[in-house]
Amino acid sequence: MATASPREVPTDQANDKRLKILEATMKRHQYRADALIEVLHKAQELYGHLTEDRLLAIAHSLHLPPSRVYGVATFYHFFSLTPQGEHSCTVCLGTACYVKGAMELLAALEAESGLRAGSTSADRKLSLLTARCLGACGIAPAVIVDGNVTGHADPEVMRARVRALLDEE
Amino acid sequence: MMEFQDLQIMAEQERTRRKAIRIHCCTSSGCQASGALELFHQLQAAVEAAGQNERVDIIGVGCMGFCGQGPMVSVEADGVLFEHVRPEQAPEIIASLDGGPCNVKQGDHAHPFFARQMHIVRRNGGVIDPERIEEYIAVGGYQALYHVLHEMSPAEVIDAITRSGLRGRGGAGYPTGLKWATVAKSPGERKFVICNGDEGDPGAFMDRSILESDPHLILEGMSIAAYAVGADQGYLYVRGEYPLAIARLQKAIAQARKHDLLGSQIFDTSFNFRVDIRVGAGAFVCGEETALIASIEGRRGQPRPRPPYPAEHGLWGYPTLINNVETFGNIAPIITNGADWYAGIGTERSKGTKVFALTGKVRNTGLIEVPMGMTIREIVEELGGGTPDGTPVKGVQTGGPSGGCIPEALFDTPVDYESLAEVGSIMGSGGMVVMDATTNMVEIARFYMEFCMDESCGKCIPCRTGTVQMYRLLSKISAGQATAADLATLEQLCHLLRETSLCGLGQSAPNPVQSTLRYFREEYERLLRKRVTINLTSR
Repeated sequence: MATASPREVPTDQANDKRLKILEATMKRHQYRADALIEVLHKAQELYGHLTEDRLLAIAHSLHLPPSRVYGVATFYHFFSLTPQGEHSCTVCLGTACYVKGAMELLAALEAESGLRAGSTSADRKLSLLTARCLGACGIAPAVIVDGNVTGHADPEVMRARVRALLDEE
Repeated sequence: MMEFQDLQIMAEQERTRRKAIRIHCCTSSGCQASGALELFHQLQAAVEAAGQNERVDIIGVGCMGFCGQGPMVSVEADGVLFEHVRPEQAPEIIASLDGGPCNVKQGDHAHPFFARQMHIVRRNGGVIDPERIEEYIAVGGYQALYHVLHEMSPAEVIDAITRSGLRGRGGAGYPTGLKWATVAKSPGERKFVICNGDEGDPGAFMDRSILESDPHLILEGMSIAAYAVGADQGYLYVRGEYPLAIARLQKAIAQARKHDLLGSQIFDTSFNFRVDIRVGAGAFVCGEETALIASIEGRRGQPRPRPPYPAEHGLWGYPTLINNVETFGNIAPIITNGADWYAGIGTERSKGTKVFALTGKVRNTGLIEVPMGMTIREIVEELGGGTPDGTPVKGVQTGGPSGGCIPEALFDTPVDYESLAEVGSIMGSGGMVVMDATTNMVEIARFYMEFCMDESCGKCIPCRTGTVQMYRLLSKISAGQATAADLATLEQLCHLLRETSLCGLGQSAPNPVQSTLRYFREEYERLLRKRVTINLTSR
């Protein structure tokens, strides 16, 4: 597995509350192989991203070959094998947003943050991401900052918000 | 055990506990993004402050449709509609109930955007609180399921759906009754019902809105389907991008279980039905039914060749019925009002209504439900109100990455499965993106091809490599670097992908290119590189 993420040292695993929650999720699904995607959702929700060790542990628990778990985790866009920034800014690139100027919006945010879409700043402050339609087409163009959707997004206003997130102490 | 009387008692109790005035505040995703939750709390506070608690109830309702004008608030009894409401305007709205002055922008129900619509699937959207099963029961919910379980045989249910003329709303338009009949007669120890809520087309949000606004309608439709085909387990596959829809469905399933409307021996019959939610993980191809099944089984969402169709060999090899959210939304109304009623709406071969997400360069954006057969012109010009700044409309795009662009000259085409296919597009799931004279059609084609390239699952070669080649050619054309030979190659690849790809994603990926080439070819040709000799002589 070729991931850039550092291996997590399982020091105080036993005390890790998140691990217990993940274990409970797998138990609720009776460790069935078909629950793999549900389990990966939970793991990502708990840890922010999926590490190699985590995937191996899940493979072991669900009695699946590691290749199968890695294959699923890398197939779906939702799962991330690299750490994400503390804040996230996602520009919707669905058709409705696209015809309403989402590309200009994205270009403005790339210029402001110095980041390319899909990357995270070196200090892990901000991830600049894109999405394939959030279903908020009625209020296009849409941008999500830390989970909150902004409709009719204006490039200048969004630039200022991104700047504020980057400058945050 | 739930009985018919219990339903009626619950409905009656719900109606009597209602206060004199119900104020609806839209709390769907679209309006939430415009600040509806804060508004909802301010409205409650304003009622409290005005001492109107006994008389006025603030209800958080599902989508009212006019998302571009949100947040939206309506007063049930007198039908007053407020648009673009700001939280600080809440006291003004409450005061206006007693004739106080009110400067909040008012909407007009007589506006064609509302008046020309016909609500079947969306009849409860913006009217009931989707988080309370009592509200759904108060408007007659779950009575169709009772009727089916006690008074109809599975064959009679299938016959009713067949006679209604309902066709799949996911886009392909396969007759729903026929699909149900195939699953019903396929032998299998177990059978499954799957609701496809993996609404991946960019520019489409009908299913999100239906699931957020009326989750029980879908559960009731799935239950009726399960009875008809003989299934005891259902799965609701919903996009991970729709957290509010997932939360409301989870709540709805828990409530239905609590009232014995899901589970064992429903309505004191031998019918058992469980529903579980499966959350998608961001793969467009999972909208394809065999890929969706693979995803529910916990595998990579890759399609497999059909036949065998899922109706015979589906989830874990058992006969499986897969229908789209909107299709299930039509079931209970058909049972309640009869197949003949439904068959009387729409055109000869496309019955009923269709929900569209009207977006892009159009004045009135939002969700509309119109009878089949309405023309594109009526939708764009009357309901949509044309472009915001009066720029001429160039065309509409229907069906997302699998659909095509229809030019303004063909706007008198009626919206039905066959007519849209004839002009080189598809009905699709219901996205309708309006484009004006400033929209670059080559860029639109490139946009969709990039989408298909990214979303190709990689299983079959024509799609995996073909989309990349087509994307490169489109980029080259867009940059003014291409020659006539490149354009010819692009057209060849269109045929190749259509004929040889494994699933619908690859087969329909050329659609946006072909339809823009058909109607806007001059935009491509204008971008082709001039012959080198001309450049040399001009030097």
